[in-house]
Amino acid sequence: MQRTHAELRRFITNNFLYGRDCGFRDDESFLEMGIIDSTGLLELINFLEKRYRIKVEDADLIPENLDSIDQLCRFVERKVENHSPATIAPVLQGQAM
Amino acid sequence: MCAIAGICNSSGAPVSVPVLKEMIAMLRHRGPDEWGIHTDVGIGLANARLSIIDLNRGHQPLCNEDGSVWITFNGEIFNYVELRKELISRGHIFSTRSDTEVILHLYEEKGENCFRDLNGQWGLAIWDVRERKLLLSRDRMGVRPVFYTRVGESLIFGSEVKALFTHPEVERELDLAGLDQIFTFWCTLSPRTVFKNIFELPPGHTLVFVRGNVEIHPYWHLSFNRPTEILADDAYIEQLAELLTDAVRIRLRSDVPVGAYLSGGLDSTVITALINQFSGKKLRSFSVAFTSEDHDERAYQQEAVRFLHTAHEQIECGYDDIAAAFPDVIWHTEKPVIRTAPAPLYLLSQQVRDAGYKVVLTGEGADEILGGYDIYKEAKIRRFLTAQKNSPRRAQLLRRLYPYQASLQKMPNAYLQRFFRATAEDLNDPFFSHRPRWELTSRLKIFFSDDVKSELAGHDAISELFGQLPIEYFSWDGFSQAQYLESKHLLPGYILSSQGDRVALAHAVEARHPFLDYRLVAFANALPPNIKMRVLNEKYILKRALGHLLPATILQRPKQPYRSPDGRSFFAGVGEDYANQVLAPERIAADGIFDPRAVSKLVEKFRAGEAIGVKDDMALIGILSTQLVLDQFISQFQRGGSLCNEHMQNYAVS
Repeated sequence: MQRTHAELRRFITNNFLYGRDCGFRDDESFLEMGIIDSTGLLELINFLEKRYRIKVEDADLIPENLDSIDQLCRFVERKVENHSPATIAPVLQGQAM
Repeated sequence: MCAIAGICNSSGAPVSVPVLKEMIAMLRHRGPDEWGIHTDVGIGLANARLSIIDLNRGHQPLCNEDGSVWITFNGEIFNYVELRKELISRGHIFSTRSDTEVILHLYEEKGENCFRDLNGQWGLAIWDVRERKLLLSRDRMGVRPVFYTRVGESLIFGSEVKALFTHPEVERELDLAGLDQIFTFWCTLSPRTVFKNIFELPPGHTLVFVRGNVEIHPYWHLSFNRPTEILADDAYIEQLAELLTDAVRIRLRSDVPVGAYLSGGLDSTVITALINQFSGKKLRSFSVAFTSEDHDERAYQQEAVRFLHTAHEQIECGYDDIAAAFPDVIWHTEKPVIRTAPAPLYLLSQQVRDAGYKVVLTGEGADEILGGYDIYKEAKIRRFLTAQKNSPRRAQLLRRLYPYQASLQKMPNAYLQRFFRATAEDLNDPFFSHRPRWELTSRLKIFFSDDVKSELAGHDAISELFGQLPIEYFSWDGFSQAQYLESKHLLPGYILSSQGDRVALAHAVEARHPFLDYRLVAFANALPPNIKMRVLNEKYILKRALGHLLPATILQRPKQPYRSPDGRSFFAGVGEDYANQVLAPERIAADGIFDPRAVSKLVEKFRAGEAIGVKDDMALIGILSTQLVLDQFISQFQRGGSLCNEHMQNYAVS
């Protein structure tokens, strides 16, 4: 959980804030901060699907799932739990961060 | 079309002829046909001419019969024929057939008020010998530029900043507040430029320099005040057709052949069709096609060419072409840009020139004055959705906004609605239409270095603009307010400048814009908004008035804004080397404007092919062009244009 949290924060900081962590809170809304636009959302989904080998369904695409570090963390955790551990574990363990 | 430059020493000190020559030499791309200077006590005027009317006698600078008024003029006065007749009937004696001389006599007659009678596009200087008064004037919409600066007791001016920088006493330094404006509005708000102490005369203004004092007055206002009486649609439609037809007619006045830009969109096709009504000869038309399918409009261009029987030439523009041209383009725009869109137009003017043409008519201005831009539609939809919170059509409407933006089409409904959300309070925002665009662009300021951020602390570009709004702005409807913001700032500051005057005259091509005829602008601004955009049908009145002259495919096509391939151009092929150099962390750090680590992250994202968003594109082009401005105009500025050309003669009278 903690590692996912750190990874997600690093992805958001590097990809949308170009490494300039403005000290945003983990519960701060990406939309309110103005860091996620239409292509930004696609970048985020792409990252989640690749990194965590999860499938982000159309029904998942609501701000309540994806609009802050805390929400993203909970969303990833939930998605990963829904997959069989055998499929997920090697993926997570196999990727150096 | 020409370039002007000059120096006025209020002390009466003599003007250096070599400096004046060097200043005008820097601008000879605008006027390669001949040049001339005139000097007298405390004054020096210079001109580089692109001969279009009265080729053999319209030399400049020019004076009146007794030498008491001198002019150096860049531009065209389209109603000069009518004005000349009137002036002759009042006893004025003309020595040329040129439009330039008409201004001189009109000045004798009306003084500073003479500019109100001109229908055209100009940047000019008049020297009144008796009053020892210098006047600078610029056309109403800002088609042609005039820049000026003060050094001690002198006023130094020119059509482009590079002429001013050629003067040895003019300092070259970036103006961070100007940069901040570009990273908000895509343009500076005149009189500010991106250079400290270098000013741009605002459109529709006259500057008077007398006894060492500068005064600037507007002679025309962009107004959206409407008469209370509303006419039937047909009356407006008929008036528009008449006015536009006449605007085209007088813009065909030229002693050299006139061509047309034909983009495949509604506006330029209408103009081309109208030219055909006046000209018996086969019209030459020119366009840009793109190798990238997302940007290419050649199918529509070919459809227009078939229908209107023009002799057409197109250039094909790819990523490499944009990257290769980009440094030269920035040398001409003289300011950072957020998009590469000026580059293809720079290449197009080269082709027009190579085809032996100096003058083209374009469809520029229609989107501003007749409500064609997506930003008007977006604001209308956002207003509607805020008022109709539970409308089932919300997402569907939003998707109709930008059919050419794939990422937006894929955006889930919940996000789409959040993205375009407006609150009831927002509806009272005087910048309701433009705030989302400005906020998006402002996000690029995350790349500013800490030093720049602290220098800009307390400065707010949007508040600065707010302070410039006329009081009547607050009485206009939202649609008119949006039109005002587009026409007052982005039009002269970017569309007519970086995408217009600068890139066309880089190759000595004069563009004329019938939609920006001031009679038409005043007419359109007084129209009820719903005849400009009927529901969501943009430029409804234009389609009704002149649609019968166009092929159905162009009349009915979805609107596509002019765009060109952006950041990707610089990460493969010819652009890669210099982009790597210009964006190298040590260069970025040395210049101190941007944060080198943030720029490196952006560059990495592009190299990895992961930069897919509009924000990344705008950031890259904004940073790259700012660095090119710093290199070309500040750290490595090179004086030394040359007038040496056997075909160029000095027609100086003095």
